[in-house]
Amino acid sequence: MFIRRTATRAIAIAGAAALVGLALSGCTPSSGGGSGDASQITFLAGGNDPVAIKTAKDLVAGFEKKYPKINVKVNTRPAGTDGDNIIKTKLSTGTMEDVFFYNSGSLFQALHPERTMVDLSSQPWVKTLSNDFKQTVSVGKKVYGAPFGSTFDGGVMYNKKVYAKLGLSVPDTWADFISNSQKIKAAGGITPVLASYGDTWTAQLFVLADFANVSAQDPEWASKYTANKAKYVDPPALAGFQDTADVFKLGLMNKDYASLTNVNALKLLATGKAAQYPMITVTIGNLAQSNPEAVNDIGYFANPTANGNSHATVWEAGGAYIPKTTTGGKLSAAEKFLAFLNSPAGCDIQNKASAPAGPYATTNCKVPADAPALIADEQKYQDAGKTGLALEFISPVKGPNLSQITVQVGSGISTAAQGAALYDQDVKKQAQQLNLPGWN
Amino acid sequence: MMTTTSIAPAAAAAEGASRGKTPRRRGRMKSFYPSWFFIPAVALYVVFFAVPTFASFYFAFTRWDLFTAVPIGFDNFVQFFQDPQLLNGFIHTFEYGFATSAVKVVLGFAIALLLTGPIFARGYLRAIIFFPVLLSTIGVGIMWKSLLDPFHGVVNAALGFLHLPQPGWFTDPHLALVTIMGVDVWKGVGIATLIFMAGIVAIPSEYFEAAKVDGASGWKILRTITIPLTRPATATVITLSLIGGLRSFDLVQAITNGGPGFTSEVITSVIYKEYQAGYFGLSTAGNVVLFIVVTAIMVPLTAYLNRRSVEL
Amino acid sequence: MKREQTLGRVKGVVAIVVTSVLFIIPFIFVILQATKTPAEASNLSFTWPTEWRFFENLVEVSNYNDGIVWRAFFNSILLTVFSVAIMVVFAAMVGYVLSRKTTWLNPIINFFVLAGLIVPPALVPTIWLLQGLGLFRTMPGLILIEATFGLSFCILLFRAFVGTIPRELDEAAVLDGAGPIRLFFGVVLPLLRPVIVTVIVVQSVAVFNDFANPLYFLPGDENATVQQTLYEFQGQNLSFYNLLFTDVLLITIPPLVAYIFFNRQIVAGLTSGAVKG
Repeated sequence: MFIRRTATRAIAIAGAAALVGLALSGCTPSSGGGSGDASQITFLAGGNDPVAIKTAKDLVAGFEKKYPKINVKVNTRPAGTDGDNIIKTKLSTGTMEDVFFYNSGSLFQALHPERTMVDLSSQPWVKTLSNDFKQTVSVGKKVYGAPFGSTFDGGVMYNKKVYAKLGLSVPDTWADFISNSQKIKAAGGITPVLASYGDTWTAQLFVLADFANVSAQDPEWASKYTANKAKYVDPPALAGFQDTADVFKLGLMNKDYASLTNVNALKLLATGKAAQYPMITVTIGNLAQSNPEAVNDIGYFANPTANGNSHATVWEAGGAYIPKTTTGGKLSAAEKFLAFLNSPAGCDIQNKASAPAGPYATTNCKVPADAPALIADEQKYQDAGKTGLALEFISPVKGPNLSQITVQVGSGISTAAQGAALYDQDVKKQAQQLNLPGWN
Repeated sequence: MMTTTSIAPAAAAAEGASRGKTPRRRGRMKSFYPSWFFIPAVALYVVFFAVPTFASFYFAFTRWDLFTAVPIGFDNFVQFFQDPQLLNGFIHTFEYGFATSAVKVVLGFAIALLLTGPIFARGYLRAIIFFPVLLSTIGVGIMWKSLLDPFHGVVNAALGFLHLPQPGWFTDPHLALVTIMGVDVWKGVGIATLIFMAGIVAIPSEYFEAAKVDGASGWKILRTITIPLTRPATATVITLSLIGGLRSFDLVQAITNGGPGFTSEVITSVIYKEYQAGYFGLSTAGNVVLFIVVTAIMVPLTAYLNRRSVEL
Repeated sequence: MKREQTLGRVKGVVAIVVTSVLFIIPFIFVILQATKTPAEASNLSFTWPTEWRFFENLVEVSNYNDGIVWRAFFNSILLTVFSVAIMVVFAAMVGYVLSRKTTWLNPIINFFVLAGLIVPPALVPTIWLLQGLGLFRTMPGLILIEATFGLSFCILLFRAFVGTIPRELDEAAVLDGAGPIRLFFGVVLPLLRPVIVTVIVVQSVAVFNDFANPLYFLPGDENATVQQTLYEFQGQNLSFYNLLFTDVLLITIPPLVAYIFFNRQIVAGLTSGAVKG
């Protein structure tokens, strides 16, 4: 009896185990296997807007034509904070695609590149990089990223036709900007200042694009900020939050500000239904796709300041990276992909897929003659020496909730000062997680 | 998840069933109900549920990036109750849980009364009210987000046609959370209705007949017979919708993602955001807070509801 | 009596009108959206499509991102079948012994069953654990997670139902020489059929509709479950409302079918305990 019971018991346990085992072995995901097979790599595009998708697909098509044996699968991700979070999650859980596009500068630094990414210092294209860019994708002496796209500026994109029709001139001070906006409002039928909180990242623009002005007033601000000695609640940095609150308080925004999306806002700007849009100029690529006839009607000016002398905030080109989890045949395929990206052929594709919004970071790439007109506006600030890098390139401190906080400020839920204080707190969490000195 | 049912009544039923056998026979049979039958389920439960739950009480007190966990005492919790995002989420979770639960009880009971009384097309009505329960929550969220779009949505178009105000359902900071709760009720009231119907139908008809003979009014019958005798159903509905409401995540995610600003954030959406941002310690602290909130509400509540049902 | 009948009819008609507005119109809206062109669908208006594009939309959804929707259906079905199978067998074993035998273990098990229903799972620590076991971001990992999270509910249903099966049947089987294994798998389990059907249907719908667990434990396009595909279309900046709603429609079909065929079992599973005091 005893033996029989033990035997049946064993069978039953084995059965239960087999059921689990079946579940375990019967359905391993397709991605796990096939590491010896180098012919397929995955590639995470830099966003999910039309241009990001088109650029990625065109690059892959060009690459696959050159290397017919390698197959590249494109995945997409959202832009802004959501995208930042997805990238971090993928890297920390070892689930990143074989090649991925992401910001350079502090957002790149926050990914612990030395721990999560493949060192690319010995790649042949590294020699062609501008020094500014090389720094934004390096840790110590090691280069981890290839440039992707052009540099671009943040500030206000405006419709030149509307400005001409109403006889307005480009503002340098915040008072001029507001008076322009009020004239546009008085003219009727045209939105003075576009807000598109349907894509929450767009709400940050006044704060982010004002940074060159902050640097101009206090060149040491960024390093003080990194050391926990300068805060957004205090001037000069508070100005960006005040701007965000001002345009709401004065009723200068479109009525559907809470649900409008970036792509649709650009269409309104292109068609002259709206006059001004605090934005990064890289979005001209999207506008070129939806309203090609209007590309050259769009101009750019730097974020206006209280006392004039406004400076343009510059973003370096984005980066293309390979995570450490990519090895063997996939790694060499991924390296080929980066090399292609920075070859003249790859540049042509980038130029065609998205209108460049500024100069390139590699000498292999040239801005074509028919580039959008707002590049000339950006160039004026360059020539006058009135530019400054965006904060994310000179300080690793960046909180994940700036977009939500600026939405609060920009829809009157909290005041500029409250918003700035909130963001200072938000940043504290991140600085502590990064273990920066001076924050504990 | 809708994997909840009344807890105590089922337990009581099981207890009742196991009583009334002679000890001798039960003793002899005992060896045929081997305790190792528990092992497979217990193994899963321990590994995938108990271990992470216990581990959370350690990781909640650390700054953690999945590689290294640095103990930092109560910092995460201090942070939790200082940060407006987290604090908002905490308060909204209570509002959400209690409000949706209360509305589901009242509305569910009313509809159940209607559907158990003399009414035309009962089957159709029951089916149509219940069906949303089975739908994907994300799908429902997407559907209502479109219907309630402040500028292009069908609902505001209809309101405009009737010259009524057209609120910014999920874009107005004061309304966003309420809108989500409304959609939650829309989706979940069917199950409350169903449970109340089962409870009402189970009341022996002699009670109603006797009351009618005594000349009791409809209101009096409702107050003295229907409501007290559907107490088990009420207990089930409250338990179920509270557990669901306090842990609600999908709808918030689908409709507002916590916005505008932080005005519709709940604990679960905060946990997700902190996780996404890579603050794993803080995220886990959020989990522990949710754990405490849910148990602190549910344990005394189930005990109370069950005691009351036994007294009756 | 006549009066009551008319009243019932009036109430019924009013209720039909109200439910039509609240429940039918939203569904019709979903169907209309799924048949429109992208431009028309992005208006979100409740209008008749000027051009019927349902099949085109269906084809486009099917081909989107290398057929992610079908991959997702396959993943979701795999997930549902395996996790529910585990739940049924493991929970039936527990519910059976729990109901048949009273030992010092019972209160402990009962306590943990309740805890399993009430306590929200600790998410990041679960990821940490799955990573340690090499199961993070694998289908088997998610299957075991779903099975674990569903166990408590199933155990309650099984325990209640086993109580209604006369013990005399067990005794007869034992007299016929059955051991504990045969007694359970050969005699008791077949008798549990009604409750098994209930458990299968209710839990399948729950697992199929689950969004949060795949989000945390099985991220990545290639592993997407059907709920994740909704995000695929919604996350797009473009006006893909027609495709989004076609997807919503597709995903609604399995629960709809389940409801039509297993209406009674679903109702039984969800209302058990509402009546008994």
